[in-house]
Amino acid sequence: MMRRLLAVWHARNLEFLRDRGALFFTLILPLSIIIGMAIIFGGPPRPLFKVGVLSAHRAAAAPPALRQSRASNQPPGRGSCPPGRCAADAFLRERYVQFIRVASRREGLMDVRRQRIDMLFAPGDPPRYWVNTDSPKGYIIQRLLLAADPHARRVQVRGKAVRYIDWLFPGILAMNLMFSCLFGVGYIVLRYRQSGFLKRLHATPLTAFEFLGAQVLSRLSITVFITAALYIGVGTLIGFHDSGSVLLLLLLAVLGSLSMIALGLTISARFSSEELVNGLLNLLTWPMMLLSGVWFSLAGAPKWVQRVADALPLTQLLHAARAVMLYGAGFGQIAPSLIYLSVITLVFLVIGAWSFRWRI
Amino acid sequence: MSTPILEVRDLVKQYPALTAVNGVSFAVPEGSCFGLLGPNGAGKTTIVEIMEGILAPTSGEVLYRGEPLRARFQEEAGILFQETALQNFLTVRQSVAMFRGLYRRGLDIDEVLKLCSLEKLARRDNRKLSGGQRQRMLLAIALVNDPAVLFLDEPTTGLDPQARRNFWALVQSIKAQRKTILLTTHYMEEAEVLCDEIAIVDRGRIVAQGPPQRLLKEHFAEVLLELPRQDFPPAARRLPMQLIEASDRVEITTDDLDGTLRTLISAHVPLKNLRIRPPNLEDLFLELTGRELRS
Repeated sequence: MMRRLLAVWHARNLEFLRDRGALFFTLILPLSIIIGMAIIFGGPPRPLFKVGVLSAHRAAAAPPALRQSRASNQPPGRGSCPPGRCAADAFLRERYVQFIRVASRREGLMDVRRQRIDMLFAPGDPPRYWVNTDSPKGYIIQRLLLAADPHARRVQVRGKAVRYIDWLFPGILAMNLMFSCLFGVGYIVLRYRQSGFLKRLHATPLTAFEFLGAQVLSRLSITVFITAALYIGVGTLIGFHDSGSVLLLLLLAVLGSLSMIALGLTISARFSSEELVNGLLNLLTWPMMLLSGVWFSLAGAPKWVQRVADALPLTQLLHAARAVMLYGAGFGQIAPSLIYLSVITLVFLVIGAWSFRWRI
Repeated sequence: MSTPILEVRDLVKQYPALTAVNGVSFAVPEGSCFGLLGPNGAGKTTIVEIMEGILAPTSGEVLYRGEPLRARFQEEAGILFQETALQNFLTVRQSVAMFRGLYRRGLDIDEVLKLCSLEKLARRDNRKLSGGQRQRMLLAIALVNDPAVLFLDEPTTGLDPQARRNFWALVQSIKAQRKTILLTTHYMEEAEVLCDEIAIVDRGRIVAQGPPQRLLKEHFAEVLLELPRQDFPPAARRLPMQLIEASDRVEITTDDLDGTLRTLISAHVPLKNLRIRPPNLEDLFLELTGRELRS
């Protein structure tokens, strides 16, 4: 069995490596995007204040104020509010400030440390706030808050800022991995079926399990290799922030690849129409590309969008990768994402193997 | 009598709107070349695919060495489909080697390349072969496990006459090794050259079976006269003769050549383009089914 699997694995790798077009899109395209984004977003930070509001206080004060502040540049309103809360409301209505709900203090503090937000604010009586003493924007937004409510209590936080390119880089790696696995497996299996190559293999002792196993291993080894090459290449060329374990990142790359390969196999397991498979792959990749937080954070997006995004494997992969690379998260902290990716892999591999068809 | 290497019993394959195979039975003796002939849609490819184990029958069974098809059959069968795409960017040698890796036992890759005259093409990209070279490579792949039974599904379709004859020579050399061959073809000449026994399939049934020469003798004691259709006046169609009208010609079978010629002359049929020849397998098919073999 192993010999047969290796025979297909070896031939598939040769086929991939000699396809210059595929190599170009897998290696050069993401590299170009990273360099382009580094040029575009490598300048000074944008003059926009971001304040995280602890969601425990959401019911009390945040929603109307959040809606108001996000909607436009309207001047702060003077509606009726209970005594002791008017000052907080006034602050939450400040112009040119984006207020983002934060689920937990831990998460918010991590964002303050990395200067992804300029302040973490907890409305109350008296209100409390956390600012990064290393952040100039943190200082200014603190002045705004104290002007509105001089009694607000300050807690100091320290930590270096995360550059946009550092934040973007794990996303580019994950997105490249997603495209490589989904299209690399989905289209190849479809082409094999359309051309009759699968039918020919069916007439040999090769089993469906061996064939699918060879495809999974081939694409996995290619994707992990390409991801590692990009990681080293970008690190050498422009450098990036990585405070986590490389082994953990490798594990994430393997599990992320496996989940995407399983998804690609499921889509291509049965269908013979190129258009259909193409449509299904696009249907998967576009939402993942837009909602998984590759390009921008969904911190300010509606809750339902965040829930949909959380169900996507790319989101889980990306959140875990960013947690490791940007914040030095350990195995325990990203374990939920690892488990989710493993479950997705198993479920889709079983569906793919069960629905697999050799011929048109 | 020894057990046939392959035996098909009451094979039926039904699709929602079509019965592709309708109660087919035959046996293939070991070491023989058995031909399945028939027009497109006759059901021969369906029969072969069921025999190859890649299509399930609705009913009936296929026996290999007296037993239902099992893993042993897949190890011992070599298959050449009419059209087989391979993985891109692989050389001839790598393509053959990939298939060699799928079997427990088989021939050495150099040996099989030599057998199919592919030594000089071993390093060539498999997409850059001519039609004849490609068919030789696919034959090499079919032979890589040193099969006891070889399925050749229309192996020379699309080849030029020279490549076709080269391929026949190759198949004859394989036949000489006492390998069993099951051949489907559209080319009657190919069947006459290669097959020890043929079965003509039409509408999912076998309409004739036996050695080609015996079948011809059984069905044709006569000679065959061919006339262009435009030379054959409508009035002559009422003459007392066995006539078959094809699209471009009229064929007359007779065991009294002199008498038939006299009848045609007396009916003022011009004989300038008359052709007299012995009947072949295509004539046999027309005789049996009343339509062209290559419909």
